[in-house]
This record gives sequence, C-alpha cells and structure tokens, in this order.
Amino acid sequence: MRARSPLPVPVRAPSALRTTSDLLGLQRFMAAALRRRLTAGERMQPRWTDGRAMTKVAGEFMKPGDRLSAFERLEIYNKQYWYRLLESFREDCPGLYALLGPKRFWRLAEAYLEECPPHSFTLRDLCEGLPAYLRANPGLTAPMTGAAVDVARFEWAQIVAFDGPSRPPVSEARLAKASPGRLVLGVQPYLTLLELDHAVDDYVIAVKQHDGGLRGGASNAVGRRRRKGAGGGGPVLKRERVRLAVHRVDNQVYFKRLDVPEYRLLRALRAGRTLARACEIAFRGSREAIEERARRVGEAFALWRRLGWLCRAT
Amino acid sequence: MPANRFNAFHDYGIGLGLRVPHYGHILSEKPTVDWFEIISENFMADGGRPLEVLDQILEQYRVVQHGVSLYLGSADRFDRGHLRRLKNLVKRTGTPWLTDHLCWGSVDGTYTHDLLPMPYTFAAAKRTAEKIRYAADFLGVPICVENVSSYTEYHVSEMTEWEFLSEVVELADCGILLDVNNIYVSSKNHGFDPYDYVNHIPHHRVAQMHIAGHTKFEKYILDTHDHPVLDPVWKLYTHATRLCGVTATLLEWDDRIPSFEEVHDEALKANQYIAEARQVGAAKKAARAVRRA
Repeated sequence: MRARSPLPVPVRAPSALRTTSDLLGLQRFMAAALRRRLTAGERMQPRWTDGRAMTKVAGEFMKPGDRLSAFERLEIYNKQYWYRLLESFREDCPGLYALLGPKRFWRLAEAYLEECPPHSFTLRDLCEGLPAYLRANPGLTAPMTGAAVDVARFEWAQIVAFDGPSRPPVSEARLAKASPGRLVLGVQPYLTLLELDHAVDDYVIAVKQHDGGLRGGASNAVGRRRRKGAGGGGPVLKRERVRLAVHRVDNQVYFKRLDVPEYRLLRALRAGRTLARACEIAFRGSREAIEERARRVGEAFALWRRLGWLCRAT
Repeated sequence: MPANRFNAFHDYGIGLGLRVPHYGHILSEKPTVDWFEIISENFMADGGRPLEVLDQILEQYRVVQHGVSLYLGSADRFDRGHLRRLKNLVKRTGTPWLTDHLCWGSVDGTYTHDLLPMPYTFAAAKRTAEKIRYAADFLGVPICVENVSSYTEYHVSEMTEWEFLSEVVELADCGILLDVNNIYVSSKNHGFDPYDYVNHIPHHRVAQMHIAGHTKFEKYILDTHDHPVLDPVWKLYTHATRLCGVTATLLEWDDRIPSFEEVHDEALKANQYIAEARQVGAAKKAARAVRRA
C-alpha cells in the first residue's frame, strides 16, 4: 500500500465559483462530505468535521428541493458512495467475508475504505492495498490477522490473474538451445506466487460454492446496502503451510500448489536469476541426487511451458 | 442529421449495452444487433478474459465506447496514464466516436466512482470544455458528452442544466449524447419541464441518445437502469427524435438484467417511436407547406 498524505477536508464550500480553483474547492468539499462514513442507521452524519450541524453545512452549498432538504439531497450521494464501494469490496472478498463473518467484515470494510479511498479509475483495484492495511491494523481482525492477510493476498492474486498483463511465452527452441548458466527467463506478470500459512485455496473453493456475483454497468445508482449472505459457520480455514501459483489458462483463473523447490525456482526466475542459479536456490539444503533434481526440474518446466507461465525476461 | 461530425458521420441504429450476463448468448448465437456500446473501463485491462471477449465481439459487431470515469468536469488535470490506456482501447475497438459524462467524480487523485453533478457556472463550463478539447485531441476521436441524472443542485449555479450543457458543447465544439431518461429523472427531482430541456439544446450536436428505466421512490426518482423504459421517457424520446433527427440510440440495462432477447426487444421498441416522430414531423411539414400556399 502506497503511503499517502491525508486528504484535505475543507471547512466550507466556496460561496461563488469564478475560477478553476473555486471549482476545485467545491469538489474537494463535496468529496469530503461523500467520504464520511454513514451512521449506524445508514444516514449521513449529523455534524460536520468542525461540529456544525450538517443540515446547515449542506444548506450552505446545496439548494433544497420541494420534497427533499439540502441535507437529504447530499445524503443520497453519501449513501451511493458507500453502498457502491462496500458492494464492490464484498464482491472482491468472498473468502474474507466468510472468515470474519458479517459484523467484523463490514467494520473492516468501512475502516479500510475510509482510510484508503479509491485511487484508481477502476473499482478492480479497490482491494490492492488490503493485505498491507490488515497487517498495519491487526486490531480489526485479531486473533485471525494472519489468516485474514493470507485470504486477502489470495483474493487479490485472483484479480491479477483475471486480467493482468501477459508476455509472449518462451519457445521450446529457446529453452532447448540456451545455456542454463546464461538463460534468464521471466514469469508471467499475471501469475502471483504466494507462500501462506493457511490452506486458503481449499477454503476459497468451499466458500465460492456458496457465493458469487457480478459487477454492474454504467448506472450511477446503487439501490441499497447489500448485507445479507453467509458468514461464519461455513468452511473452516486450516492452518497449513502452502505455496501457490495463482494464474490463468485460456483466460480462466486457476491456482496450483507448488512444492518447495518449485516455488523457490519460480521466485528466483522472477527475480532475474539465471536458470542455473535458480536451480541452485531451489534445491538449497536438499539431499536429493543430482539426477533426481534434473528430472524434477525437467518435468516442472514441461508443465509450466504448457501452462504458458514462462516468458522472456523484461 | 443523425450522421454528423460528432459521430464521425456514422449512421448507426438501435444498439445495446454489452453486459457480462449476455456474453455467452452473444458469442454463441451471434444475434443481429446493429451495434454494441461497451463501458470503456471494463476493457481497459492489460489482458485476460475481458480483452478476449472484446476481440471476439469486434470480429462480429460495431462497437462504440462509453466511459464512466473520464470525469471531464473535475477541476483536476487528467491522469495521463488513464488517457493512454483509453487511447489504446480506442485503437483496438476503432470506435467512431467516444462518449463520457458531463460530470465530475475525482479530486486530488481520489475517485468517487459516481457521476456527480456539475455546478452550472461559466467558470466550470470553461474548464470542462478545455478538458474535452484536450481529450478529443489526445484520443483522436470525436467526444460526445452525456447529461447525467442528478439529485441535487448548487447555490453557485448561474444557469439551467440545459444552458450549461449548451455552453460546454459550444465551447468544446463537441457532440451530445442525449440521455432522455436522465433528463426525465432530473426534471422530476428538480421540478423543471423536460421538454424545455430538449427544446433548448443545440440539436445539430446530438450524435447519440440513451434510453433506460428508472425507479420511483417516495421523494425522488433514482436512475437505476433496472427496468424497461417508462412511457413518459418514450414520449420524450419521440420528441427529441423529431427535433434532432433519427439518432443512434442505445438502451441501458445494468442491474437485474433479464435475458438478451428481452433487453433487445425493449431496445427495438425505439423503432416504433422513431416512426411516430417521423409521422409527426411529416405532418407538421405538410401543415407548414399548406400555410405557405
């Protein structure tokens, strides 16, 4: 998660709009109003940051209508902002939802989105900073912080695998003729390598059998907060050291368990090591015979090449 | 009039929004559809399934790009990375024109992911027009701006929404994507006559229209895109068509999406209102001719 300075919260909106700077001032003010959390009753907060009544603050820059006050009009946008982001967060984190249960999940979602408002034009990126946020704020998920981080990392990896960039796969001829001491290979950018303390892959498969959803299109309306659904009491996340490659084949997302040498080998290749050096790293401390190592690497490479994981290094 | 420089002189008919639940049907059945509108942001990806689907669609259909996050009315400068991605998509789709909303939604590098209404002032119009011109030059395609539905107005506004729209498109020399449903929704929320709106915009700049359904609440109407088009919206569409000419028209249906056939049938209803607009237009023309004689 990139460190960002706190967003400015203006005290009041400009009373006239004659310059681009005035426009910026108005937009900063309204954006700050929309980003403020809703109350427990899903209403706009009754007081502004300086303690003034929100009815007065809204009335200073918004016109009332014949059926809605300025407060109620601004509140429509405040609700839309939160409903949209929370719905997207929920869609992207089905495993985390199941792990934490509804109450803790929504508390986490609101805290995260308040501190980390979207910095991307696409909601696809909403949860990019979530693993780092969870580590930095363990109180929101204790005593399951480690599990929550593992699940969040896995769910973000699936988003990357879905539509992340790819590079042309390396050819068999290039693999065959290059010297291992000089050959540097890349690993597809859409593939994420994860070393986790929990069997998140099994867990998320079980969770997804109960859940799913689709993102909306161009309408700027979100009807209401969608808080129902399974949570708690579902599949159990087992503690187990697992190494995973989250990837895609024919544009479908998959995840595959890796053994220790495979994981180390791919990590070393991604870090720019030569094939020979990557193999050394992969089998560091191993007592396997050289022939056995060679056989395993050969089999792994054959599979990875078929899956399109290996590409030219940048 | 419908084929004009703002839609690069393309005479498109009735189109549909390309939506995920219909991918399978469209790719397997290849139904006859005049054109599809895509949400640009859904395909500004680096790879994977979205671009695979898009390429398959492009093999069969004409596509027009519609954006939701250019935020032409935001005071901030454009994110150049965003524009570059959009340009790459423009090259891929060959969209003849590109549309986005006359709204703002980002500030200081943060995004609200909403289509927020503009303050209707001359300063805001000038800034917005500058950005539209910049984007059109950068992207190399005509840009048409869409009026959004809104639920609030600002004290600082100096003109009506339709005057603001007219001011912006004249300053930017760009086209209009006239969303008839949005006009209707806003007219109910703000208490103006939607026909005043349609009567007082520069009709020669209208390059595309949107129609959609909405939801009525106790105190306001929400632009939900989850229903068939309602009668008052069809009537307003007929009126707009009479004034602007038969224009490329797109049905938006984004939530609680029914089958492809149901959405397509709803869109094709536009043809009967186009015929009605033509009849009214012809009758008025004949009456004028009689009066002149």
